[in-house]
Amino acid sequence: MNAFVNRVCATGPLISRIVAALFGGYAIAALASVAVLALPMSKPQAVLTGMLTSFAIYAGAVIWVFAVRSALKAWIGLIVVAVPLALAAWPVS
Amino acid sequence: MSDLHTWVGLLLGWVLYAMFLTGTVSYFKDEISQWTRPELARLVEVPDQAVVAQQIADELANVAPGTSQWSMRLPDSRNNSVYAFWRAPRTAGQRGFGEAQFDPTTGAKVTSRDTQGGEFFYRFHFQFHYMPVVWGRWLAGIAAMFMLVAIVSGVITHKKIFVDFFTFRWGKGQRSWLDAHNALSVFGLPFHIMITYTGLVTLMALYMPWGERAAFNNPAERQQLQSELSAFTPAGKPSGQKVPLASVEDMVRQAQERWGRDNVGRVNVVNPGDSTARVAVTRGDPGRVSMSPQYMEFDGTTGKLLSVRDHVGAAAETRGVLYALHLGRFSDTVTRWLYFLVSFAGTAMVGTGLVMWTVKRRQRLPDPERPYFGFRVVERLNIASIAGLSIAMTGFLWANRLLPTQLQGRANWEIDAFFIIWALTLLHALVRPARAAWIEQLWAASVLLFLLPVLNALTTARPFWHSLAEGDWIFVGIDVTCWVLAWLHAVLAIRTGRRTAASHAKRKACRQPSMTVASNESAV
Repeated sequence: MNAFVNRVCATGPLISRIVAALFGGYAIAALASVAVLALPMSKPQAVLTGMLTSFAIYAGAVIWVFAVRSALKAWIGLIVVAVPLALAAWPVS
Repeated sequence: MSDLHTWVGLLLGWVLYAMFLTGTVSYFKDEISQWTRPELARLVEVPDQAVVAQQIADELANVAPGTSQWSMRLPDSRNNSVYAFWRAPRTAGQRGFGEAQFDPTTGAKVTSRDTQGGEFFYRFHFQFHYMPVVWGRWLAGIAAMFMLVAIVSGVITHKKIFVDFFTFRWGKGQRSWLDAHNALSVFGLPFHIMITYTGLVTLMALYMPWGERAAFNNPAERQQLQSELSAFTPAGKPSGQKVPLASVEDMVRQAQERWGRDNVGRVNVVNPGDSTARVAVTRGDPGRVSMSPQYMEFDGTTGKLLSVRDHVGAAAETRGVLYALHLGRFSDTVTRWLYFLVSFAGTAMVGTGLVMWTVKRRQRLPDPERPYFGFRVVERLNIASIAGLSIAMTGFLWANRLLPTQLQGRANWEIDAFFIIWALTLLHALVRPARAAWIEQLWAASVLLFLLPVLNALTTARPFWHSLAEGDWIFVGIDVTCWVLAWLHAVLAIRTGRRTAASHAKRKACRQPSMTVASNESAV
């Protein structure tokens, strides 16, 4: 039992980071691609701008998740970015 | 960060290697397609596109009667056949569209052997095979995203990027692999970033559909976006009133006046033969670094010019340029070769990275003769996906020459042959000792590549000397490229063999300390 707990403690943060990078990163990128619609530009151009930039945002998020000191910090960082994006994306969707 | 680089690089590394190599050869997709249809005479001169367009429009009325939409790509300096596809009424068990190649001189369906040609490598590059197209595209997208992360984390890992670039230590095992990997990566860095990012852009509507879904509520609004991206318009409801199509030749002629004689790309038609018919004649890719739609729209019944589209919005134009940069269709022969070479260096970057994973870990193994399971898996997959892929791709071209021309489903058999050969290389890699498997497969690839021009000479009327005398540079180019690649594989095979001997000697020396000096000398 103790060994199992140790194992979880050892690999848990890593798995947490992988999840944050794969899904958290995608969520941020997707949110950003919708939030762009709030900008003062025509809809088709805004949609395309959102798509074009989303991959850079995704890559940046993944790097961030693995660059910071702890998994917890990685998640906090993602949420800090996600909240304003969600606020911008909410009214336009 | 270095761990991130290692693991994202390794996890989809084999997929990426295959994508990189098949993508690299796809820069010569049209040339490979010509090579795979040796019965079709080369175009000494590009025929008048207007005349060809009319001929094939007439033929399409026979081949695809009652279609709601068809599209043809006109011949140019790289294409000696005209590819056309059309929507077919969807019946049970049938796909909703048909496609065919046409002979530009006669306008009739091509009578050469049934093959996908260069199109196979091109399709495989981003959607693989034996799986639904959408799955393949998602897999390609995930791999590209991993690649993007691998590049960024790679740059962060190798801070001394320029120092590394000028450092090269030959014949030093892991050091050499690392140096090769760094040099290849730094040399092509702008290209690698560009090609990875633009690759994602080509299919971005699939990967990031959320903005589009949020912004548009009905098909009409969605069509606004589509018209920024392509010259294809959806077919409206036909009126049912039969009116023959106006002269396609005249329409293309007007386009030629605008863009140049050989620079018309496609002709797209909706509702041909109906009173609602519309024709869009689009501009070719040469001479502009963008894939954004530029076209002239005509009324299909009167042939009257309705509108000219020659620009799109800023974001759409950005996307058009990124898309064009990825496909490189604007490029002339020299630029195309440059693309090929840098892309080939990118393939080598992925390959050296994969090999390095094993080289690095082998030294730390408690017993190098009996590595742990994961190590062996990586090692074997490396062999089959690097050397094995060379064999399989060459095998595809062999199958193109060897399969009987009357074989039912021939084009699919060529593709099956590719996968069967690839599977056999994996089997071979699993049953043979790793080093022997590397050497044997590299030699096999070398021999197959070297003999391909010989096979071509034996099975077609277009042997090397004949192509050379005729100035048929596509056939000459492919023969010579095969020999260069054969040489490259032979060099790799020889070097792998030498290193094997050297590291064996070294290991023996470690076990018998008294002999250390002597065998180290022989190893160097």
